[in-house]
Amino acid sequence: MSFEWPWQYRFPPFFTLQPNVDTRQKQMTAWCSLVLSYCRINKQYTMTVMEAQESPLFNNRKLQRKLPMESIQVVLEELRKKGNLEWLDKNKSSFLIMWRRPEEWGKLIYQWVSKNGLTNSVFTLYELSNGDDTENEEFHGLEESMLLRALQALQQEHRAEIITLDDGRGVKFFQ
Amino acid sequence: MDRFAWASGLLEMNETLVIQQRGVRLYDGEEKVKFDTGVLLLSTHQLIWRDLKNHECCIAIPLSQIVFIEEQAAGIGKSAKIVVHLHPAPSNKEPGPFQSSKYSYIKLSFKEHGQIEFYRRLSEEMTQRRWENMPVSQTIQINRGPQAGRIRAVGIVGIERKLEEKRKETDKNISEAFEDLSKLMEKAKEMVELSKSIANKIKEKQGDITEDETIRFKSYLLSMGIANPVTRETHGSGTHYHMQLAKQLAGILQSPLEERGGIMSLTELLSPEDLVNACKMLVALKLPLRLRLFDSGVMVIELQSHNEEEMVASALETVSEKGSLTAEEFAKLVGMSVLLAKERLLLAEKMGHLCRDDSVEGLRFYPNLFMTQS
Repeated sequence: MSFEWPWQYRFPPFFTLQPNVDTRQKQMTAWCSLVLSYCRINKQYTMTVMEAQESPLFNNRKLQRKLPMESIQVVLEELRKKGNLEWLDKNKSSFLIMWRRPEEWGKLIYQWVSKNGLTNSVFTLYELSNGDDTENEEFHGLEESMLLRALQALQQEHRAEIITLDDGRGVKFFQ
Repeated sequence: MDRFAWASGLLEMNETLVIQQRGVRLYDGEEKVKFDTGVLLLSTHQLIWRDLKNHECCIAIPLSQIVFIEEQAAGIGKSAKIVVHLHPAPSNKEPGPFQSSKYSYIKLSFKEHGQIEFYRRLSEEMTQRRWENMPVSQTIQINRGPQAGRIRAVGIVGIERKLEEKRKETDKNISEAFEDLSKLMEKAKEMVELSKSIANKIKEKQGDITEDETIRFKSYLLSMGIANPVTRETHGSGTHYHMQLAKQLAGILQSPLEERGGIMSLTELLSPEDLVNACKMLVALKLPLRLRLFDSGVMVIELQSHNEEEMVASALETVSEKGSLTAEEFAKLVGMSVLLAKERLLLAEKMGHLCRDDSVEGLRFYPNLFMTQS
């Protein structure tokens, strides 16, 4: 599926932080939605701020407009408030972009586990994200920190438990 | 402001005071400096500023440091100013209040008026350059040799020596005159080059004439005695507008003049503060005009019947027709001043009808599709 840019992407004012509060709200909503779709299509789970600045996401070369750094920060903060973004370091230089929330991933994983009668089994994190068995699943290739948060969400719901194995971490699913 | 040096403020022999004015504040380029209330003195040789409260605080600058001066008219709440463009400070400059400055000009702000007269006198001194003819013993700027003092001597030897001194003096004068002449030729050459370049640019309509070139050009013209290429005299002193204005002024000013003994300087007529205060009362007095203050601080007078909000609707139409517009483009289309055009576009943005595109290409306004499009 080819990625289709929304109409705003070709609208120069999209790349200027709007001073009118109501207008800005609409603008932010559009930006958040664009960031999430872009990352989802590209299966991008993490990003650095530097990368973001130069990526076509915030830099429309054809239009010769780019969203300035301060405005990118505003967009990222919006995403964070909505629960779609988490900073990976104190300097706020790289972040986890959760175009699917941890709970949603958790649900998908658990569905696969129960559908295949694999509750009460133990998996390594690698097996889940990169194993042959999960190849056709949406969560295949899921980045580790995202996977971990998904499992933590399940853990909170008492549907799984994250355990330490010899060579890393794993998870046990409950009925 | 780094061209100023601490001074005593005392005049030398050969130096005369031309005019002084109280209530002058200094600016370093666009920035206010601590010299905010003082007396400004103009002599044949220098421009001196002395603090009103602390007489010890006194700074001066030689007139020879001045390239060119300009008037800056008073605005609402702003005093009239004179902008003084300066040569770079010489290496042998005496110490002063500022070591360095990022500006090559200063401003003199006349909080108690007096700007018109001061400007006139300063222009005169700049044209006459009396400091060159009357060197002062304290060398502030000119590097002249020791003055040819009187030589007392007796006898033939004395006479011979006097003659020799006189010959040397004449020689020096002649070579100095030629120096001036060659400097003049240099300047003339530079001016010709500059005029050619400006003429070419105008011809090709290519690029702007840089501010630097404009300042240099104006200074050449000034030194030739052409104070301002676009003087008020040449530029419509007899236009219809001015005739009407004259008649109205005569009507309004007759009684105040009679009260003031029949004579009033132009600067006493109407201060910006008076204008604003009077306008603030328009609505209370149920007059058909009103004063309006925009968010940006710009103040306008409008007819009570004027509805700016309605104008915004038509502005939106205009912008939509053209896709997008800058304040300048909008002003031209509608026939408004750029300042008011911008205020209208900003109001439209505030009301949510327009949105902005702010980039290196400038500030453009677009119809607010964020609101109208899904």
